[in-house]
Amino acid sequence: MRWGVLQFPGSCDERDALHACSLLGEARLVWHEERDLDGIDAVVVPGGFSYGDYLRAGAIARFSPAMEAVAEFAAAGGSVLGICNGFQVLCEAHLLPGALLLNEHTRFTCRQLDLTPVDGPKSARIPRISAHRPTLSVPAKHGEGRYFAPDGVLDALEANGQIAYRYAPGQNPNGSARDIAGVCNEAGNVLGLMPHPEHAVDPLTGSTDGLRVFEAVAAAGVPA
Amino acid sequence: MLIRPKEGILDPQGKAVERALPALGFEGVEHVRVGRMVELEAEDPERLGELCEKLLANPLIEDYEIERLDGAA
Repeated sequence: MRWGVLQFPGSCDERDALHACSLLGEARLVWHEERDLDGIDAVVVPGGFSYGDYLRAGAIARFSPAMEAVAEFAAAGGSVLGICNGFQVLCEAHLLPGALLLNEHTRFTCRQLDLTPVDGPKSARIPRISAHRPTLSVPAKHGEGRYFAPDGVLDALEANGQIAYRYAPGQNPNGSARDIAGVCNEAGNVLGLMPHPEHAVDPLTGSTDGLRVFEAVAAAGVPA
Repeated sequence: MLIRPKEGILDPQGKAVERALPALGFEGVEHVRVGRMVELEAEDPERLGELCEKLLANPLIEDYEIERLDGAA
C-alpha cells in the first residue's frame, strides 16, 4: 500500500498522518504544487490551516495543482481520506457533500472523544465495530467543524449510507447536524472526518484506535 | 461583493455579537448576522457572479450580492 499525504502551506498534521500511513505501508508527502500521484494507492488530505484558511477553510486549497490531481484520482475510484482541514478542503472541492461551519459555541474545541463508525452500504472504508467495542477514541481539535447540509441532503446521505462516523451520544463537540463527524461520497471511495485518527496511532498518546481508520481505508484495496 | 450566511443557517458569530451588545448599553438589537465584504476592480464585471459562485462565496451556506461602482478609480 502506497500512501500520499498532501502538504499545503499551513498544513500542520501532515507529519502525524505520514507516520500513521507509514505504519501500514509506504508513505510520502505530496507538495501542493505537485500533480503527480503516480504509484499512489490512497491519498490523505491532512489537517491544519491550508493557505491560512483565508476566505473560508479549504476554499483556496481546493484550487491547488495537487487537489486537481486528487479530484481526478477520486473520479477514477482512488481512496481519499480527508481529516479536519482536509475534510473542509474535500467539501469545498465538491468531492464530499456539505460544509463545515464555525462551531456552535464559537470556541476552538480540543479534546479526546468517542467516534461511532456507521455501518452502511457504502462503509467499505470504515472500520467494523463490535458490540464489545462500539466506538473509537480519537482527539478532535477544530474551530470550524460543525457539519452542515440542508435537511434533504442529510436525509439522502442517511438513505444512501454515506454517513461514515457519528460522535458518540452526548459528545457532539461543535453542533454538527445529526451528530455527523464524517461522511463519504456516493461511490464510497472519498471519506472525510473532523476528528484526528492520525493522532491516535501510538500507545504513547493514550489510544491506537485511529489506526483502525487508516486500516479500513487500506483494506478497501487498490483501485482496479 | 457582500457575502452573508444564508437565511436559516445558525451564525454563532452574529449571536456572539448580539449577546455582547446589551453590556454596552445597546438594547433592542436583534438578528445580528455577520458576513464579509470583498472589494475588487474587475476588467470584466460580467464574470463576477461566476467568481462569487466558484470562490468568494460557498453557495451552499452563503448568499451574495454584487454592487457595481462603474468607473471607480
